[in-house]
Amino acid sequence: MSASPILETVGLTRTFPGVRALDRVDFRLYPGEIHTLMGQNGAGKSTLINVLTGVHAPEAGEIRLAGEAVHFSTPQEAEAAGIQTLYQEVNLCPNLSVAENIFAGRQPRKRGLIDWKTIHRRAEAALAELNLSLDVTQSLDTYPIAMQQMVAIARAMSVDARILILDEPTSSLDEGEVARLFEVLRKLKASGIAILFVTHFLEQTYAISDRITVMRNGEREGEYLAADLPVQTLVAKMVGLQDAGERLTHAEVAHGPATATDAEPYLAAQGVARRGVLNPLDLEVQPGQILGLAGLLGSGRTETARLLFGADRADAGAVRIQGKVVKLTSPRDAVRHGLAYCPEDRKKEGIVADLSIRENIVLALQAQLGWWRMIRRSRQRELANEYIEQLGIKARDAEQAIGLLSGGNQQKVLLARWLATKPRLLILDEPTRGIDVAAKFEIMDRVRALCAKGLGILFISSEISEVVRVSDRIAVLRDRRKVAELSGAARSEHEVYDLIAGDRR
Amino acid sequence: MTRPALPLWLTLALRHPLVWPAATLVCLFVVDVVHRGNFLSITLLGGHLFGAPIDILMRAAPLVVVSLGMTLVIATRGIDISVGAVVAIAGAAAATVLADDPSRVGAAFGAALVVGLVAGMWNGLLVAFVGMQPIIATLILMVAGRGVAQLLTGGQIIPIGAPGYLFAGGGYFALVPCAVWIAIAVTVLTALIVNRTALGLFIRSIGVNPVAARLAGLSSQAVVFGAYAFCGVTAAIAGILISSNVRSADGNNAGLLLELDAILAVTLGGTSLLGGRFSLAGTVLGALIIQTLTYTTYSIGVPPEATLVVKAVVVLLVCLIQSPAARAFAFHQLRRIALARRARA
Repeated sequence: MSASPILETVGLTRTFPGVRALDRVDFRLYPGEIHTLMGQNGAGKSTLINVLTGVHAPEAGEIRLAGEAVHFSTPQEAEAAGIQTLYQEVNLCPNLSVAENIFAGRQPRKRGLIDWKTIHRRAEAALAELNLSLDVTQSLDTYPIAMQQMVAIARAMSVDARILILDEPTSSLDEGEVARLFEVLRKLKASGIAILFVTHFLEQTYAISDRITVMRNGEREGEYLAADLPVQTLVAKMVGLQDAGERLTHAEVAHGPATATDAEPYLAAQGVARRGVLNPLDLEVQPGQILGLAGLLGSGRTETARLLFGADRADAGAVRIQGKVVKLTSPRDAVRHGLAYCPEDRKKEGIVADLSIRENIVLALQAQLGWWRMIRRSRQRELANEYIEQLGIKARDAEQAIGLLSGGNQQKVLLARWLATKPRLLILDEPTRGIDVAAKFEIMDRVRALCAKGLGILFISSEISEVVRVSDRIAVLRDRRKVAELSGAARSEHEVYDLIAGDRR
Repeated sequence: MTRPALPLWLTLALRHPLVWPAATLVCLFVVDVVHRGNFLSITLLGGHLFGAPIDILMRAAPLVVVSLGMTLVIATRGIDISVGAVVAIAGAAAATVLADDPSRVGAAFGAALVVGLVAGMWNGLLVAFVGMQPIIATLILMVAGRGVAQLLTGGQIIPIGAPGYLFAGGGYFALVPCAVWIAIAVTVLTALIVNRTALGLFIRSIGVNPVAARLAGLSSQAVVFGAYAFCGVTAAIAGILISSNVRSADGNNAGLLLELDAILAVTLGGTSLLGGRFSLAGTVLGALIIQTLTYTTYSIGVPPEATLVVKAVVVLLVCLIQSPAARAFAFHQLRRIALARRARA
């Protein structure tokens, strides 16, 4: 690590109507380091990045690049100065080839025409730098998200970046893919590139960071060497609570003893399958129990949830609800049988962004009642306010558009939407993805409280530790097949990891 | 922020989605009044109200009705370009019934409405259940519908003489043209369906996020199907009004290009073609804008060969005024000019 920072901010301030998003923030980034920015939703991480990359202009303070004050009025200017940014969602064109994506907008030309040979050669070289060999002529969407992200990095690197900013790059990656990404980041770091990394995952933070800057309420809480900052302290600093770290360590203890597993299952699936999607699978969920589904991305977790909920049609097997065979050919059928499903992709499949919190909450209940029996306006407001209070949804009022809420609050509204239908079995697919630590605990607390009241829950999460912590039983999936079911004392993170890794390890 | 401070009520009013269509309509009225001082005067003659505004309302009635159906279809992310053809079929169906027996007025109305419903259900079937793209699905009926209408009329213009039928599009009831009453009734009925049942919520949800709506347990197919069926019925009502007003059914020309006016009315009213939020009141205003514009271009003496161009220019302007981005740009430019002037002074 060299002595002077490549990127530095002094007293950076930026306000939005009603919010002080950044308040006199000092921040330093050194060449050849991986620096993680931590903080809850709304702590100012995104604003800081947006100011650094020229999306927003600061109102006060200064950005210094290699010691010189700079002003970026557009993202292009920041890019030209060597600051490359990768956002949460991969910002590439899925229908273009890998090579085209890497060189889009600056294709090398020969006699006025695009020089495809050079493009392909240079694209391959750029990927080779990252220890990757792909067929660069294939369209980007033939590769998994993780690979697409690598391509985005290759694109960033091919324009002589000095600083690489990664905004939650791992939120849609599975563990193996994360390891691969980190390998690439370490390689870049070794070549002297400064990396600014934003994530919600604590484990990943410690796996990769040299230093950590914690932000809270728009202010810089502090800057620490990762090695000197215990995880409990980090969480406490992020949420501004003294006991948050304690909660993290003792969460496991708080989990009550498993209720009787031999109770009659609310839902029992036998040999449920869909060709090319999921191999025949048996599952049982008892009332008042949490069944965790653990597995890597693509192992069949979400696919299982979708088949059980009727979002996709199963082509084999039978589902019994309270012992009776039922046909679940649409989500509508599933809802009628007391099922509820919070999907993985909140934005695309969960929220109806333009509509109000009230409308989003009553939607499922109203859909169940049909178009003719409309819930009275006054009752709708009552319901909405009830859940806003009960789940601690932070919003101006029930008429605010759901799209304007933070991720955690959107998730709570979706939870409210289903609770309003009084479900018997709730399927939660990654309910805490992209949600800050405090809200994560809050949501999991609610889930467990509901469970205590007799609600059966199918819980899916890519964070194995979370699955182990909350579940009564865990079904482990690998390669679209259930490989084991663990319960009681047999549940341990290690065992789950081993099962997931299977013979590949 | 250095924006000039507007009073709160004005800021809120300017943000209301109906402000711009309403302002456009008022502007057109002002142009008319300036050109002809007695534009707004309404006289009572033999138990009927007469005057330019009444005339505009009456002529706008079919467009208002069709546009209401179109609004719901567009709100579900769809479009129905077959309404003009359905207008022709409905008129032809009614005329055929009346040609056999001029006394069967009720049967004629019924035939037109049923034909419209079936046409709408056909569109709904293709879009919601077969999964065709709306513009292609309704293109089929747009082309075929004219053929069906011509088959019904035998390629001729069938005159209609049954007094009961002519009452709908040309008669008066309680001082006001019957067509206007029908348009009001359809508007009120649509508003009731949308606001007093959950259909409004369902249509908006499907328009904004069809995937989420389905996963919430909504049967979006049924709702989309219903929207097209309803649109077919509104087109049939427009067909009755038009054929009754011109006292004939013309398979070839009745309702020609009406679908485009209807889409325009919906857009002028502030409903996005991308679906989701919609405004029935906005659509009614949009339809009135289009009819008033037609009236104005004729009345201020734009030569007939230039009317379409003038209409296009005005529509373009209205669309620009309604676009927040365009308004911000214009505002910015005006301020720059003002600042430059002040600097020079």
